[in-house]
Amino acid sequence: MKHESPVLTWVSHISLIALSAACIIPFILLISASLTDQNAIIRQGYSFWPQEFSTAAYDYLFARGTDILRAYGVTVFVTVFGTTLGLIITLLMAYPLARAETPHRTLILFLVFFSMLFHGGMIPSYLVYAKYLGLKNTIWALIFAGVLTNGYYIMMMRVFLQGSMSKDLIESAQIDGASEYRILWSIIIPTSTPILAVIGLFTAIWYWNDWQTGMIYITNPKLYSIQNMLQRIMQDIQFIQSNLQANSNSAMAQMPRDTVKMAIAVIGSLPILLAYPFFQKYFIKGIMFGAVKG
Amino acid sequence: MSQLPSESAALPAPKKRKRKYDYRRYHPLLIMMIPGLIYLLINNYLPMFGIVIAFKEVNFAKGIFASDWVGFKNFEFLFASNNAYIITRNTILYNLVFLVLGTVFSFIVALMLNEVKNKFLLRSYQAIISMPHLISWVIVSYLVFAFLSVDNGFINRAILPMLGVEEDIYWYTEPKYWPYILTLVDLWKRVGYGSIVYFAALLGINDEYYEAAKLDGASRLQQIWYITLPIVVPVIIMMAMLQLGRIFYSDFGLFYQVTLNSGILFSTTATIDTYVFNGLTGSGNLGMSTAAGVYQSIVGFILVLTVNYLVRRKDRENALF
Repeated sequence: MKHESPVLTWVSHISLIALSAACIIPFILLISASLTDQNAIIRQGYSFWPQEFSTAAYDYLFARGTDILRAYGVTVFVTVFGTTLGLIITLLMAYPLARAETPHRTLILFLVFFSMLFHGGMIPSYLVYAKYLGLKNTIWALIFAGVLTNGYYIMMMRVFLQGSMSKDLIESAQIDGASEYRILWSIIIPTSTPILAVIGLFTAIWYWNDWQTGMIYITNPKLYSIQNMLQRIMQDIQFIQSNLQANSNSAMAQMPRDTVKMAIAVIGSLPILLAYPFFQKYFIKGIMFGAVKG
Repeated sequence: MSQLPSESAALPAPKKRKRKYDYRRYHPLLIMMIPGLIYLLINNYLPMFGIVIAFKEVNFAKGIFASDWVGFKNFEFLFASNNAYIITRNTILYNLVFLVLGTVFSFIVALMLNEVKNKFLLRSYQAIISMPHLISWVIVSYLVFAFLSVDNGFINRAILPMLGVEEDIYWYTEPKYWPYILTLVDLWKRVGYGSIVYFAALLGINDEYYEAAKLDGASRLQQIWYITLPIVVPVIIMMAMLQLGRIFYSDFGLFYQVTLNSGILFSTTATIDTYVFNGLTGSGNLGMSTAAGVYQSIVGFILVLTVNYLVRRKDRENALF
């Protein structure tokens, strides 16, 4: 019952509506531009309402659908595999660090912590992955040179586990003869779903959105993720004509370049925007969780 | 080491040489950490040794260790050129502006979210304003392009004619506009996210304070002024301080992709990160870029330590370590 100033409430609502509009409006421009006829764009530029409605850009891209689908395949594989493997590694690292009995715990905690403070930087990392491990132009570069795990995730999960795990329960399981692996599997994991969900979601979003790793390690267009493809097309629209093959003759028509550029961005952002309403609750919880104690 | 303090204290300790760790019993806990430790070794620790390449004439064909030593020559070249000054200035100034404006706006939005009673509306606002945080900088670069494209952009084709400006503005080749564009884009992407972080802090304030103030007849604005701000502002200042430790690291996606890596904009858009990257991909000087990368690692490290030390002296709770 702490609210009592109607003026303040109204000012807040109006400002928040304005801010919400500012967050949505650029997407409307993008979608409208992608659905406008190419000649109308040349006459009037991108606008918030299609003057001449046309799906030519989408027709053009769908005729080259196999390459776009493959890029999505790369993105989905990297996201699913990277998130799963990353969660396993993070949990296996964080749980022993949360247990007081772990040998050399202080030393290992320091190693994790120091990795957060000091970075070798982009060029030494490139040498390690590309030259010494030979991961250049492989899909594994996207996974391992990505954010499989990091000190921040490990520390966040460790803090959660320290708060949630019950010493008594672990001890009684030990008396019953349960192995450490069994304790992790049957006692710790079932009570850690909130933190696994939060870190899993953030890792997944990171992999889905990642384009920098691909830009450094991938030069073969067949291994491009959707973000890499978008990034290339932004720099060079001709990439579509020279690299994405048409499946049918009807699609050999001239490319409506200004609208195609917008349409490919819509195709690239639509899945995550459509999925957002379903996971926004966890996304916001995750932001708040990270805020409470990082 | 705080291993089993109760047990060791209970022992009469006739033999001083007690085993420190119970490996036989707890080695599975060590085995669990093997994948993570290997990954940290490869991903974080091996590259740290790679900083020696800043002191070499880098030759990717030969590899790190076979390249010739050149001492501090790479650093001399870097700091003799104007580039070191430009990228340091840009990195620090942009980060400062983003930090100050981002914190202030995020906090104001958080205060507004705190005034929303309706749960459904509150959730909707939160979801919509945090959406920009969800999408990649590549998508953002398309959104910005839709506004700034010289030929078709909404600003050149709709806004400028409305304002009576006849000539097109060549946004992607005019450095002077970019400090404003980048600040605006950064705020657009981050304010919603930041406001939710601060909103979480506001939720932590005990309702009883407000109840008591209400009984004393305090208006809502007075409650914010005398209760909310004194409790939350110190926390926010500490959070901002910690971010100050990251001032040597810029958001690569913003400065590289949103500017379309346009070389003409170098003077107002190049940061240490984009400079290092352009060296790696061949459009810049590799030796100087490597030196810039090491310069960033070391100064960045010192800054994190310093800032944490300062925060720790003021408020242990909020320090990183």
